[in-house]
Amino acid sequence: MSTKNWPLWEIFVRSKNGLEHRHCGSLHASDAEMALENARDVYTRRNEGVSIWVVESKHITASNPENNGELFEPAQDKVYRHPTFYDLPDEVKHM
Amino acid sequence: MSEEQIKNSWTEHSRSLEKEFDARIARDEKIEPKDWMPEKYRQTHIRQMSQHAHSEIVGMLPEGNWITRAPSLRRKVALLAKVQDEAGHGLYLYSATETLGISRDEMYEQLHTGKAKYSSIFNYPTLTWADMGAIGWLVDGAAIINQVPLCNTSYGPYARAMIRVCKEESFHQRQGYEIMMKLANGTPEQKEMAQDALNRWWWPSLMMLGPTDDKSVHTAQSMKWKLKRKTNDELRQQFIDQTVPQADLIGLTIPDPDLKWNEERGSYDFGEIDWDEFWQVVKGHGPMNKARMKARVDAWERGEWVRNAAMAHAEKKANRKQKQAV
Repeated sequence: MSTKNWPLWEIFVRSKNGLEHRHCGSLHASDAEMALENARDVYTRRNEGVSIWVVESKHITASNPENNGELFEPAQDKVYRHPTFYDLPDEVKHM
Repeated sequence: MSEEQIKNSWTEHSRSLEKEFDARIARDEKIEPKDWMPEKYRQTHIRQMSQHAHSEIVGMLPEGNWITRAPSLRRKVALLAKVQDEAGHGLYLYSATETLGISRDEMYEQLHTGKAKYSSIFNYPTLTWADMGAIGWLVDGAAIINQVPLCNTSYGPYARAMIRVCKEESFHQRQGYEIMMKLANGTPEQKEMAQDALNRWWWPSLMMLGPTDDKSVHTAQSMKWKLKRKTNDELRQQFIDQTVPQADLIGLTIPDPDLKWNEERGSYDFGEIDWDEFWQVVKGHGPMNKARMKARVDAWERGEWVRNAAMAHAEKKANRKQKQAV
């Protein structure tokens, strides 16, 4: 029988209701159910979470840091997206 | 462009990338998995991080021996939790290392064939229950001193894994010291057992902090990449200075006749470390090197059918689901 390696899963944990799930690492498991069970043992041994998401790593598409310029730089010179760009007299309150 | 010109411009290109890379680290920016990095940075990190992971995994073996022999339920649950943490720490570190492009199986292969090293301290035997105390107090104590600076290291996934590890590790040291304290305050036989464990683990613990600075080959490069923030000798001195008063407090004696407080330096002077012993153990001639590797390889090989069965089960389930959907 040929050996097939267990795929890699990315683990996201919500630390408490009201907060988002946050990436905390990865692990190997044969299927989603086992990934959840393993994630519980590996990443929540001290009450770190109330909810876990597991996503097989191959399903994640990531941006390439080499393209960071064209992706993120255009936002840098758009100061008018920030409230401080607008000059208002000091007398204006609550704005 | 001639071949020569292309080659030159390529070298220049990678040199400027490398300069920018070094500057980023100097500015305390983190390096993330998909960022450009020099090949040497990648290889050095794979080596150090995988060896760190291996150490966590092999480190379970000397303690596993004592789980069923713990003297009380309280001690047993604590030791079980500590060993489980070590498995967890190994897994955080393996998955962080995988982000550098090496597979889990390659890393296991390197461990099992002896190509990759793990911390030499685990090649010493655990002869009595007091060894559980000495390991927690001294071995985990030295490990913490080694590891805390790594929480700020330049490679993001390693730094994040280390933050988790360090948070969890402090209970390990406290449970060890508590074991030693209890034995040291017990019957004369119990105290003797604690002293004997200290005698055996003291020097190997000092060796854990690595060769002396003049013999350490990677220090300069590792400092630049923030894989290291203090030199081995500085870390060793810090460990000694913090541990000696802890031994005094419970009435145990550090097995070093040359140990004495140096008022001028504000530190303890200490005796010569037997580096021959250190290198012997590193080279595989320690008392337990063979037994540790055998236990590890046996566990891996005997688990193979379970791993295969789980995979077959997962595939069967996925197929069934697909058929139902049609």
